[in-house]
Amino acid sequence: MTETIFALSSGLPPAAIAVVRVSGPHAGDAMRELAGHLPEPRRASAVALFDPEGEVIDRALVLWLPGPKTVTGEDVAEFHLHGGRAVVSALEAALSTMPSLRRAEPGEFTRRAFSNGRIDLAEAEGLADLLSAETELQRRSAMTMAGGAFSQQVEAWRTNLLITSASLEAVLDFSDEDDVTLLPADFAQRLELLRGDLAAWLARPRAELLREGYRVVIAGPPNTGKSTLFNALVESEAAIATPIPGTTRDVLTRPVALAGLPFLFADTAGLHDHVEDEVEAIGIERALEALDRADLVLWLGPEGQGPAGTGPAHSWDIASQIDRSGTALKKNPRHAISAVTGEGMDALREDLVVTASTAMPLPGDAALNERQHQLLTRAAHVLGEARHESDPLLIAENLRVARTMFDGLLGRTTTEDMLNALFGRFCIGK
Amino acid sequence: MQAFDVIIVGGGHAGVEAAAVAARMGARAALVTFDPAQTGAMSCNPAIGGLGKGHLVREVDAFDGVIARAADAGAIHYRMLNRSKGSAVQGPRVQADRKRFKAAVQAILAQQAGLTQIAGEAAALRLDGGRVAGIDLADGTALIAPTVVLCTGTFLGGTLFRGEERLTGGRIGEASAQVLAAQLRGAELPMARLKTGTPPRLDGRTINWAQLEEQASDSEQWSMSAMNSARALPQVFCAITRTNPASHDVIRANLHRSPLFSGAIDARGPRYCPSIEDKIHRFADRDGHQVFLEPEGLDTHLVYPNGISTSLPADVQLAMLRTMAGLEAVDMAVPGYAVEYDHIDPRALRPSLELRAIPGLYCAGQINGTTGYEEAAAQGLVAGMHAAAAVLGRAPAALDRANSYMAVMVDDLTLHGVSEPYRMLTARAEYRLRLRANNASTRLTPLGIAAGMVGPGRSDWFARRAESREALETALEGEIGAAELARAGLSVRLDTGKLALREWLRFGGIDLAALEPWLAEGLTSDADLAAEVAEDAAYAPYLARQDSELRELRASEALLLGDHFPYADTPGLSNEMVERLHRASPATLAAAGRVPGITPAALAALLVHARRRSGSGNLAA
Repeated sequence: MTETIFALSSGLPPAAIAVVRVSGPHAGDAMRELAGHLPEPRRASAVALFDPEGEVIDRALVLWLPGPKTVTGEDVAEFHLHGGRAVVSALEAALSTMPSLRRAEPGEFTRRAFSNGRIDLAEAEGLADLLSAETELQRRSAMTMAGGAFSQQVEAWRTNLLITSASLEAVLDFSDEDDVTLLPADFAQRLELLRGDLAAWLARPRAELLREGYRVVIAGPPNTGKSTLFNALVESEAAIATPIPGTTRDVLTRPVALAGLPFLFADTAGLHDHVEDEVEAIGIERALEALDRADLVLWLGPEGQGPAGTGPAHSWDIASQIDRSGTALKKNPRHAISAVTGEGMDALREDLVVTASTAMPLPGDAALNERQHQLLTRAAHVLGEARHESDPLLIAENLRVARTMFDGLLGRTTTEDMLNALFGRFCIGK
Repeated sequence: MQAFDVIIVGGGHAGVEAAAVAARMGARAALVTFDPAQTGAMSCNPAIGGLGKGHLVREVDAFDGVIARAADAGAIHYRMLNRSKGSAVQGPRVQADRKRFKAAVQAILAQQAGLTQIAGEAAALRLDGGRVAGIDLADGTALIAPTVVLCTGTFLGGTLFRGEERLTGGRIGEASAQVLAAQLRGAELPMARLKTGTPPRLDGRTINWAQLEEQASDSEQWSMSAMNSARALPQVFCAITRTNPASHDVIRANLHRSPLFSGAIDARGPRYCPSIEDKIHRFADRDGHQVFLEPEGLDTHLVYPNGISTSLPADVQLAMLRTMAGLEAVDMAVPGYAVEYDHIDPRALRPSLELRAIPGLYCAGQINGTTGYEEAAAQGLVAGMHAAAAVLGRAPAALDRANSYMAVMVDDLTLHGVSEPYRMLTARAEYRLRLRANNASTRLTPLGIAAGMVGPGRSDWFARRAESREALETALEGEIGAAELARAGLSVRLDTGKLALREWLRFGGIDLAALEPWLAEGLTSDADLAAEVAEDAAYAPYLARQDSELRELRASEALLLGDHFPYADTPGLSNEMVERLHRASPATLAAAGRVPGITPAALAALLVHARRRSGSGNLAA
C-alpha cells in the first residue's frame, strides 16, 4: 500500500503564502479531517482548518485534486496557508498525528510522478533543475527539458538508429536469401549524419553551468584587494577585508545573479611562496584547486603572471586598488578598478555578463546535464567507431551500444543508482 | 502401473532431447510416443542448422545432446552460412538423409541407460491437487511421475490446408488428443493459433540437373558435433533455380484459390519464411526468387525445393514448378500444404518451461509457438533438464542471455509471447559476440558437467581441450616486438613496439597462422580451438566493454519478482502495464524490463515496490 506523504512545498516561512501538499490515497481523508469536508474537485475554496483539538489553524485556500491526473498521479490535497512559521508548523503537526500520513522524503513527490508515469526521466531531470533554478535563464532552460524536448529528440535518434541497424541485421541474418545481401548505399552516410547530430548537441553548453553558475575566481598575491573586490561583486560584506596579509584563509564562494545570469564568485587566499603558517598553506592549496575549476580568473597579481594553461579557460589581468597611490600600475590590464570607489566596476560587471552569456546555454535551449552528456558522448563515440569498422558484426555491436545509450537517456534501463542520483537532488516537498 | 521421474510425451526433436537429458542426469525417464519407429523423424525440410539455428544445435551438443551427433551421422551436404563474415554470425547447416538421421537418433536413445521407450497414446494427464502426477495411456495403462514434459508438436487442433482441400491433422489420434487438449484448456491456459507451411516434394529423376547451378558440400572438414570430425557419408550437391515472371503469373492468377488469401487461414505465419504466394504478393516488384533444390537422402529420389512453401491447389503448384529452369518436366511426389494449429501462449511458462498453472508440467517445442527442429531440440533440453533437476533435487545449469542462445529463446518466449512462429536469429542475442557457434563447448560444457548432463566421453574430451586451451592462452601472453614481426614479412607499424601475441591478434591483418613461428609445435593443432582463442583475442575489447553492462544486468536479475507478484497492487502501474506484466510474469526485475511495452515509469514503480516488499529498504533512504 502506498503511504500518503506531506510536505511544505513552497519556500521557507515566513512568506506571504505557504503551500503544504499532501499526496497519496489518504490525501482526501486528510482534507476531510482538517476542513470538515471534501471541496469540489479542482476548485479553490476558502475554508477554516481545524486541528484535532478543534482549534482553528488558519483560514486557508484549499484544493482537492483527485488522481490520477495530478502532478504525482495520486490524490493530492493542497493547503495554501498564511505563511507564518506557527501556522505552517501547526498544520504539519496536525497532519503528523494522522496515522496513515508521514513526511515526504527528499524528491519523493517527483519520484512518485515518475513512478506513476506522469513524467519521464529526462523530464524529471529537467524538473530537478527547475526546482533549483534561481535565475531566469536557469528556469527557461529547465522548462525546455521538463517539457520533453530532449526526450523527443532522443526518441527520434533512437528510431533513426533502429532503422539503420535493421538493415545491417538483415544482412547478417538473411544473407543466404538473395533479397538482402548488401547494405543500403547510404548506410555510412546515415550513421555519419546521426553522429553529427549528436556532436552538435554535445557542443552545447552544459546544464551544470546554469545550475552552478559561471565560476569566477579572484586570485592574486596577498593584500591586493581580492576580498574587497569580492565583496563589491557580491554586494555584501561576505569576506573580511583587512590590510593584514593572509586574512583570507579559505575559499569563500557566493552565488550571485548579474543581469539574470548565474555567477559563482570565489575569493581565495593570497598566493605567495614563503608560507610558514600551516593554516595558510592549506588555504593556498585550496585556492589553487579553485583556480583549476574556474571558468574565469580575475588576476590581481603581477601583470602576465596569472594562471594559464590547464585550469581556467582564461584569466583577466585586473589592475586593482587604483584609488591608492603607490600600487604598481599594470600597463595593459583588461580592467582597472577600485572596489572602494566603484571606479571601473560597472565596466567589469558588463564584461563579465557578456563573457558568461556566450558560455551559457541560450534561453529556451535544452541543456544537457553531466549524466546525459556522458551517455551522449558514448553514443557519439561508438557511432564513430562503427564508421571505421569493416566487420559488419562489430559495426552491429557498436550500433547496439549506441542504442543502449539512447535507452539510458530515456530511462529505459532503470538502475537503482541512476534513480538514487536523480531523486536525491530534489529538495523536500517538490 | 509404472513409476518414473520424468515422462516425456512426443518423440520429435524436443521430446528426444528432453528424454535423453533427463536420463543422462540420472532420472528415470520414459519417452511415450505413438510409434517409436518414427522417433527423430524430420517432418519438414531435410536440414539441420542455419543462421542462429546452428548456434542452438551446437549448444545442445555442448550439453551432450543428440541432435548434432545425429546430424553428422546423416549429413550428406555441409554448408557454413555467412562464411565470409565473423564467426559469431556464421551458421553451420547440414542437409541430412532423413532415414539415416532418424536411425542415428534412435540408436543414441537405445544406448542411453535409464531411458524407457513406451509405444502408446498419451490420453490424459493424471493430476493430484493441481500438480501433475503422471499420464494415462489410451489403453488404460497408468504411468506415474512427478513431472511430465509435453513435446507434442502441433497436435492441438491442427488443420491442413491445400487449395480448397481441408484435412484435420495431427500425428496423434484425434480422440486421445481431445482429452489432453480439454485438460489444458480447462486449466485456462492462454492459447492462440499459428500457421506454417511446407513446399511440394519433387521426384529428382525428373529434374534436369545439368542446366542448373550446383552448390557443392563444403570442402572444409567441420562437423556439427564437437565430438565428430570426419564426414560419415558420401556428399551430394544441391542445385539452385529461380522463380521467374511466368511462375509469378501462374501464382497471381490463382491467388484467390490459396487459403492464405481467401481468408480461410487467418493465423499469422512466419515473416522470415513466407509462402511463395506471400512473396509474390508482398514483393511484387521482384521478378524472381531463389529456390534451393535439396536432395532428401542417399537412397531416395525425393527433392525438397527450399523457398517455395505453398498452400495453392495441387494443379497450380505443378504448373508453377514447371515454369522454372530445370523443372520443366518435373513430377511432384507430394504437394505442399499449410498447417494451422493451436499453441500455448508461452508467457504462461516459467523460465524452466514449466507451466505456472500446472506445477510439474513442462512444455517444449512447437506447442510453445516456435518453429524448427533446432528450436524444439533446445527447448526439449531446457525442459528435460529442469524436470530432472526438480525431481533429483539438483541445480540446473544457470542459463542467461549472456551465455546461451537457449536462454535468449526461452527468455523471449516467456516474456514476449509470440505473434508468429518463433525462429532463432542472431539479431535476437544482444551478446552474440560471445555467443558464437564455435565456442558453445567453452561456454556451456562446464555448466553441463556440473549439472550432471554430460557423459564421461565428452567430459574427458573437454578436460583435454581445457588443457590445450590453457597452454595456448599462456603462449599468447608472450611478447614480441614489431621489428621481429616485420622481419618475418608481416605488415606492422614499426613504432608499435613490443606487444603480447594476443594483442597483435587485435590488429588487422595478423591472424594466428601468421604468429605460428612464435608458438610451440602442436599448440594450434586443434584448429577449432585455435580459431576460437584467436577470436577471443580479437574481440577482447568489445567483450570487456560488455562486462560492465552484464554486471548491471545480473544485479537486476538478482531482484526476484516471482510468480505471484502483486502487480495490481503496485502503485503507479497503469491497468495496461499490470495486464502485460501479469501475462508474462517476469521472474526478475531485469526480465520485467524486457517485457514489451513496459515503460521506464512502470519499471521504477516495480523496483520501488519490490524493494519495499522485500524489506531491503527504501530507495530514497
